[in-house]
Order: sequence, then structure tokens, then C-alpha cells
Amino acid sequence: MSLVSYRDAVRSALRDEMLRDQRVILMGEDITGYGGSYAVTKGLVEEFGPKRVMETPIAEAGIVGFAVGAAMGGLIPVAELMTVNFALLALDQIVNSAAKCHYMFGGQWSVPLVVRTVSGFGQLGPTHSQTFEGWFASVPGLKVVMPATPADARGLLLAAIRDPDPVIFIEHSLLYSTKGELPEGEAADEEVPIGSAKVVRAGTDVTLVAYSRMLLQALQAAEELERSDGVSCEVVDLRTLRPVDYPTVVESVRRTHQLVLCGEDWRTGGFGASLLSELSDRCFDDLDAPIQRVASPDVPMAYSRQLERSLIPTSDEVVEVVRRLN
Amino acid sequence: MYRQLVLIRRFEEHAAEAYAQAKIGGFLHLYIGEEAVAVGAINAVRETDHLLTHYRDHGYALVRGCDPKACMAELFGREDGLCHGRGGSMHLAEAARHFWGGYAIVGSHIPIGAGMAYAMQYQERDEVVLDFFGDGATGNGIFHEGLSMAALWNLPVIFICENNLYGMGATLAEESPVSEMRIKAEGYTMPSIQCDGMDVLSVYEALGKAAEHCRSGKGPYFVEAMTYRFRGHSMADPELYRDKSEVQRWRVRDPIPSFGDWCVEHGVCSSQELAQINEEVEGEMLEAVAFAEQSPWPDPAEVGRWIYAKPIDPESPARSEGAGAAVPLTSDAGV
Ligand SMILES: Cc1ncc(C[n+]2csc(CCOP(=O)(O)OP(=O)(O)O)c2C)c(N)n1
Ligand SMILES: [Mg+2]
Repeated sequence: MSLVSYRDAVRSALRDEMLRDQRVILMGEDITGYGGSYAVTKGLVEEFGPKRVMETPIAEAGIVGFAVGAAMGGLIPVAELMTVNFALLALDQIVNSAAKCHYMFGGQWSVPLVVRTVSGFGQLGPTHSQTFEGWFASVPGLKVVMPATPADARGLLLAAIRDPDPVIFIEHSLLYSTKGELPEGEAADEEVPIGSAKVVRAGTDVTLVAYSRMLLQALQAAEELERSDGVSCEVVDLRTLRPVDYPTVVESVRRTHQLVLCGEDWRTGGFGASLLSELSDRCFDDLDAPIQRVASPDVPMAYSRQLERSLIPTSDEVVEVVRRLN
Repeated sequence: MYRQLVLIRRFEEHAAEAYAQAKIGGFLHLYIGEEAVAVGAINAVRETDHLLTHYRDHGYALVRGCDPKACMAELFGREDGLCHGRGGSMHLAEAARHFWGGYAIVGSHIPIGAGMAYAMQYQERDEVVLDFFGDGATGNGIFHEGLSMAALWNLPVIFICENNLYGMGATLAEESPVSEMRIKAEGYTMPSIQCDGMDVLSVYEALGKAAEHCRSGKGPYFVEAMTYRFRGHSMADPELYRDKSEVQRWRVRDPIPSFGDWCVEHGVCSSQELAQINEEVEGEMLEAVAFAEQSPWPDPAEVGRWIYAKPIDPESPARSEGAGAAVPLTSDAGV
């Protein structure tokens, strides 16, 4: 089996779904000649033409509104919003149009739409280094996924495109070059079900819950803790942020009795805060210690490398938090 | 068309009465005075053409043939409502009639209409989209994004701006640098036409032209209907921003009696026949109100229904994948 990058895994899902279903179209800024700002859609306009790979004006709200209409008219649009920072301009269309149509019109039609966007950082400064998955995940009517591995990126994107509801698909800029195996043969067509978390490392002492880039940090921390402290961490990749697969986390905590939630979002009001609230209810009787969180401090992301490093949650921080527990 | 004008008027008068009796809650935006726009426009196009509107949406629903009983029941928040009480007055819709609903975030349905028109073009369906909104909506960025994309891709969508001279209470002079909204379409190279929104025939003619343009593949069209609402913005509006005398001046141009007179003058029907129509419609509206009142309340146990077309329940025992082996990963991500 060959190793495939996260970027290529996303592209392969887009391409295969476009080959499979004429209704699937892509739209976004600089996704044609430029190839996408993270080169995900490279080559697709050449293969499928500009009717199916649409270069759009820089109009995030318009793009999503347009995609909602195209979905209502019988297509399956996959809209790319260059980064989640710019997705803020489209929040109204995501929250008030995409997420509401099926409900407010009494189930008469659904909006099969995928919004792909990107979280991440890398000395991009305060406006370009944010992560807002918690905002999307708080909205009934949306499904929100945040894959960490190439296989999940592919499998979840297949599921998202085939799903009749609007799905927010958040990639991570620092994961694009990471590599992993993809299922081959018949399994290549298999979706990773939305709403299912996965235990990616078995352990007995502490449960680490993470998603997206923080999964890699959590796995690294788990290795380190095993090696230096003899602490055995179980690592759960949440994968879907709405709906959250709580049972998988709860089962794990039932075995380990300790829980650390790892995210990149801000401590106040971030997605981890909502996870913590629900899990403290569900796991109360199984917990030997209060649930811990690894999150970003409530500070805008600074540009300077040194300052940025001081703000980004890392595996070291996960290790520290676990050590404090034990 | 006369019947439809009266239908909207009487429907809304009954709705206003029910609102005053607290049988209808929330926002109720009346279309009274502007009826000629929906009637003229929708009659000028095919039943298969698509409609999207803002929240002042009762008129379009009724003209498109939605059952007044189901519309009234929706206003009453009942189970038999067009959207089973989930949407209310601002969100009527009936997909089977290609009436894709009222949208209450000002301007939000403008790119939605463009996107739907793209779907028609893509599937080579000979259907055009009518997208109705107010003058105030043209101040929002989303208006410009929608028009820009419609023009860029040459889409079969007709934008119909009902210029009723006010947003909620803001006057045109306060809300817009130009008093004619069609000027804003010019920048997007979109052809436009202005029509008298108090005159059903003027609107009919304008839309006929616009629809022909769109259907022949020439791209989007902008129609500005000059009109006026006789009632407040919504039932909550104390109307402090305008003079009663101004309203009176416009009421003289009430689209219903003037179209009635036209019909009689041109021998389309007699005044007795018009009176007969008025009476029949009044009877229907009494029935609609009675129906709405008797319709059951939606079951609160069902309040979560329709959040998703395909609900996913991670709590259900059938869910897949438990503990598994770690996924092989190599990272050059750093940090
Ligand atoms: C984005 C947004 N901002 C503000 C409002 C509140 N609001 C509702 S209707 C309205 C006025 C709209 O005026 P216009 O577009 O001219 O439509 P009209 O009601 O006159 O038909 C406002 C400000 C809203 N619903 N959505
Ligand atoms: Mg107005």
C-alpha cells in the first residue's frame, strides 16, 4: 500500500464523486487556474471543465447562498471557502439559509451541500490563524466534520457529498502534507460515517480526545507518556463535531477514569467548552479527576514566531496536563 | 387576476384581525397596497418557473396557488400549516409549486435565486427564477454578490425589486445613494425595466419581457416595480416616519379598484361580477380562518423533526467502528 497525502486524499474524494455523479460541482475562489490556495483542486478544472469547477468572485456569502440555491435546484455543490477566517463572511448563509431550509419549510426539501474550509496557522497573524469549529458545531441543522488523517479525509468527504444535509468540512492547513494509507479496492468507495468517533490508540490510564491537527499532537503525547512515565493513554479521534459520538468517549472513560480534551480553539466558548459540559454530565460517576482541557489561550494569534509558539497547543502541553493529573 | 388581488387583500385583512386577537404571533408583514406586483409578475410566467421572496410573502404564495387554508394555518402556527408551524408568516413555501419560500434575512435569497438559476441552466431546464425583494435589500452586500454572479454566468434569473420607498422606516433618501434601484443593476451590465407596481398590467408586461429575455438565454434581468405599502412595515410598526396624508395620496391609486375599473371599462367583466368575486373570496377567507382555528397544534414531541433530512444518532446501538488499531501517520506538519 502506498502512502497518500491528506491533500491528495481530499482531491481523490472530490474527483471520484464528480466522476460518479454529474450533479456534483465545485465552486470557490482561485480553485481553477490557481489550483486552490492549498492546491487541493489542482487539475480538476482541466478534467471537468469550468461548468463543474467554477471560479467565483471573492464573495463568501454569495458563494454559499449560490450553493444553497444550486442544491435546491438539483445539484450537489461543494463550495470551497479559502479559510475558516473568511468563512465568517458566509456565516449568515450557512446558519440562516443552509441550516434552516429543511426545518423551517417543514421538511419539503433538503440542502445537499458541502462547505469545505480550512483551519490552521503558520505566522499568518491575528486575522488568518483562527479556528471556529465550535461556532458551526453549535448550529442545529449543520453536520460538522474535521478529519485528521488522509483516510478519514477521504471517507468523510465521500459521506459529506452523499449526505442530503449541509455538511461543514474543515481541513487543516498543517495536515495537507501528512501522509497515510487509503483503503484500496472496493473499500476505497466506503464512507467514513458522519457521527462516529474512533479509538485510534488503545490505553488504560487516561483518555485523550482530539480531532484534526490535535489528534497528531495527542498521539505524540501518548507515545511520550508511555515512554517516559509509563502512563497508558487511549486516544479518541472525534472526527465529527456535530453530531458528537459521545458513547465512544464515554465507553473509553469508563475504562480509563480520566479525560483530557484537546483542541486548538479558544478556551472561552470554544468547542472544547461544550464538550466538557456534556461529558462532565455523562462521565461524572466514572471520573477520578476533573476533566482537563488543552486549548488556546484567549489571545488573538500573534505573528512573531516566538509569540505564535507560545499560543499554539502542542503535544508538550498535553503531556504536561496528563502529568498534572497523575 | 382580479380575484387574486382581492384574495391577497382579504387574506391579509383577516390575518391582521387575527393578529390583533393574538391568534397570530411574532412578525406579520402585510403586502396590502403592493398586491399588483405579485399578481402581475407571477401570471406573466409559467407555473414551472421558480419563485423566491422576502418575508412579505403571503401574496406570492396565494397567487402561486397555495391553499389559503394551509397558509392561514401556518400563520396560526398549526399542524396543517404549509410548513407545519415551523416557519410562520415569513417562511411560507410549497416546493411542489416551485414556490421556494420566504426568506427573512434581508437579501439572503438573492444569491440563492442565482444558484437555482444556475441549476436550471446546468440541467438545461427551460425554467427561469423570479427573485423578489425590497428596495432596502439593495443596500446589503449580498444583493451585490448575487447580482454579480448572476451576470457573470449569464443566468436565467429575474430580480424583482419592489421599491415601496421605505425599508422598515428608513426612507429611500436615507438608505440609498440612488432613488432608482435599477441603476444598481447597471453596474453589472444587467438590462432593467421600471414598471408601475400599482398597476397589475404594467407589471405583467414588464415580466413578460423579462421572462422572454431570460428564457432566450440572454442572462438575468432586473425589474423595478414602483409601489407603496398602505400598512406599517409589520404589525408592530407605529409608522412615525411618514405622514398619513402621504398614505392617503397613495391609497387613491389602490391597485384593486383601479384594475376593477379597467376590467369593467374594457368589457372584461361587469361590476356585478366583480362584486360576486369579492363575496366569494370573503367566504373562502372566513373558511380559511375557521380552518386555521380548528387545525391541531403541532405536537411538541415532534419539535425536533426536520432538523435534518437524514438524522444521525450516535447514541443508537447500530453505530459502526469501536476501538481500532492506530492509523499509520507520518507528519511533516511541524509545530
Ligand atoms: C440582514 C437583516 N437586517 C435587518 C433586518 C430587519 N429588517 C427586516 S425588514 C427590513 C427592511 C427591509 O426593507 P425592504 O428591503 O425595502 O423591504 P420591504 O419590507 O420594504 O418590502 C429590515 C431592516 C433583517 N431582517 N435582516
Ligand atoms: Mg422597501
